[in-house]
Amino acid sequence: MSELLTIRDLRVSFPTHQGRVEVVKGLDLSLGRERLGIVGESGSGKSMTGRAILRLIRPPGRVTAAEMTFDGQDLMALPERRMRALRGARISMILQDPKFSLNPVMTIGRQIAEALDAHERPSRGERRTRVRQMLERVRIADPDRVARMYPHEVSGGMGQRVMIAMMLIPRPALLIADEPTSALDVSVQAEVLELIDELVRDEGMGLILISHDLALVSRFCDRIMVMAGGEVVESCAAADLRHASHPYTRGLIEAVPRMDETRDWLPVLDRAARAGT
Amino acid sequence: MAPDMSAIPQPSTRPARGLRRASRGVAGFVLTTAVTFLGLLAITFFIGRVVPIDPALAVVGDRATQEQYEAARVALGLDRPLFVQFLVYVGDVMTGDLGQSITTNRPVAEDLARVFPATLEMATLGILAGVLIGVPVGVWAAVRQGTWIDQVIRIFALMGYSVPAFWLGLVGLALFYAGLGWVAGPGRIDIFYDGLVEPVTGLLLVDSLIAGDFTVFGNAVSHIVLPATILAFFSLAYIARMTRSFMLDQLGSEHVTTARVKGLPEWKVIWVHAFRPIRVPLVTVIGLSYAQLLEGSVMIETVFSWPGIGNYLTTALLNADMNAVLGATLVVGVVFVAINRLSDVAYRLLDPRAKR
Ligand SMILES: Nc1ncnc2c1ncn2[C@@H]1O[C@H](COP(=O)(O)OP(=O)(O)O)[C@@H](O)[C@H]1O
Ligand SMILES: [Mg+2]
Repeated sequence: MSELLTIRDLRVSFPTHQGRVEVVKGLDLSLGRERLGIVGESGSGKSMTGRAILRLIRPPGRVTAAEMTFDGQDLMALPERRMRALRGARISMILQDPKFSLNPVMTIGRQIAEALDAHERPSRGERRTRVRQMLERVRIADPDRVARMYPHEVSGGMGQRVMIAMMLIPRPALLIADEPTSALDVSVQAEVLELIDELVRDEGMGLILISHDLALVSRFCDRIMVMAGGEVVESCAAADLRHASHPYTRGLIEAVPRMDETRDWLPVLDRAARAGT
Repeated sequence: MAPDMSAIPQPSTRPARGLRRASRGVAGFVLTTAVTFLGLLAITFFIGRVVPIDPALAVVGDRATQEQYEAARVALGLDRPLFVQFLVYVGDVMTGDLGQSITTNRPVAEDLARVFPATLEMATLGILAGVLIGVPVGVWAAVRQGTWIDQVIRIFALMGYSVPAFWLGLVGLALFYAGLGWVAGPGRIDIFYDGLVEPVTGLLLVDSLIAGDFTVFGNAVSHIVLPATILAFFSLAYIARMTRSFMLDQLGSEHVTTARVKGLPEWKVIWVHAFRPIRVPLVTVIGLSYAQLLEGSVMIETVFSWPGIGNYLTTALLNADMNAVLGATLVVGVVFVAINRLSDVAYRLLDPRAKR
């Protein structure tokens, strides 16, 4: 499989009162056009990893890596202008909550068109058609009407589909989805994930799905990486998760309740375990 | 079909409905403005009744007999029920009768028509400079947060907080008028130009341009430039400080991250995605700042002998000139109401989340 993204020894740090603190501590990753899930509890450094790939961590945050290449380009060395051309067009990212991640004072249609305009020079008619087609692809039934609406006028599930449309319209090769359904009603979560899954397959994109939900990630991904305290503690094929050896991962698996069991207590995650092995 | 489609409110697509809604909006606007104005009149009326100045006594003097005093009370209508007095007051104000000033011996309305434009002229120049410089400076400081540029701007803005206006006015006069002779001294215009141009708007800069008299215009400019600059400095400092803090909020927000993820150039991220949402709170800040300047900056008007409303109100207060005090208070109140309503309109225009 051709490599899309290769990362060696990625470190992200922030200054605090106790000096610089590393929130990502030497992460290695290589990804082809496949679906990788990153799981871990809140604060384990998942989002910072995603944002570091897009070079969106701003000072005083600091990012270093022995290697970070995307499609043969050295992301660490790329000038900001070239990096901008890459963002959206080649690597894109879906953020967690459409309530906050969409611009409140711009119509949905304009926000999507703007993502296209950032990388291509479509004619007026072509832009209209592409925006409409993209909205249709994320299964919005009345695209022309929705395009004229503002984000506060749509539900969370529809807002997230708008977000997906916006991020996929320039046809990126890699999509990072950072907790794309955590802020949504349970009733629409599966639908949005299936939509992402379908579009990723259709386009043959690479996907990094970030979540704290192990069961969900193992359902939608080929490979799984478990993060804890800024480090990768487990990396395996989704199918092999049952055989995971690391005690932290085991703890995560044990903590997932199942339909066919009667347990009075769910085990508490043993956080000391992530330092082990 | 997606299950959450029903959650979408129907936007008005039919023009008739939109029109009806707009006209209802206008009616509501007129009504609330009228009610606010009536409330304002009630307040000035009430102030006129509670101040320890007896208008009848002021007319007849200390040594009048009881009969003379009573006759004056009846003549002034003070024997009638309070509600009737209020209605009469409202009627008077509506017809532009604000009574006579005991200081100037002229109708208060005439006085106000003369002093308010003087303040309006200075305040408008002040706010224009404050906005045109303060907003970009605030945005710049936020974008460069933590750098030396940000520090310089913050110190500068802090000075606008802590330096007294009269001190800055005196230092400015000493330096640029007495010392360097770059600007004219106190007052609106040199005496020998006074009354040369026909008052049309009451704004000297505008009137002299209408008359095509550039000598008067130049003289008026050299008088107004220093006090207006000082006013501008204070509004600029305030506006820049608020802009910076609004922008910092936005720059750390998720939708700005989204804009960066899209690959937009930085100027678009800043001016389209971070700046546009803050226009609404900024309008409020600018409106407040303008209203403050329009109230008449008493300190500046005193230092520069500026014949504006702040000066007028102070003189009236010192002379217990009640009609003048109430009239000037009313003008200040109307300015506040007007600016409030205008920011309201701007808010509806700028923020799609506001119910139209
Ligand atoms: N600007 C910042 N300054 C200091 N610490 C930060 C900053 N941003 C994030 N962090 C810390 O980095 C850690 C990882 O954050 P994140 O990657 O967002 O976690 P998650 O796995 O929940 O997405 C957290 O402990 C968070 O407190
Ligand atoms: Mg996160």
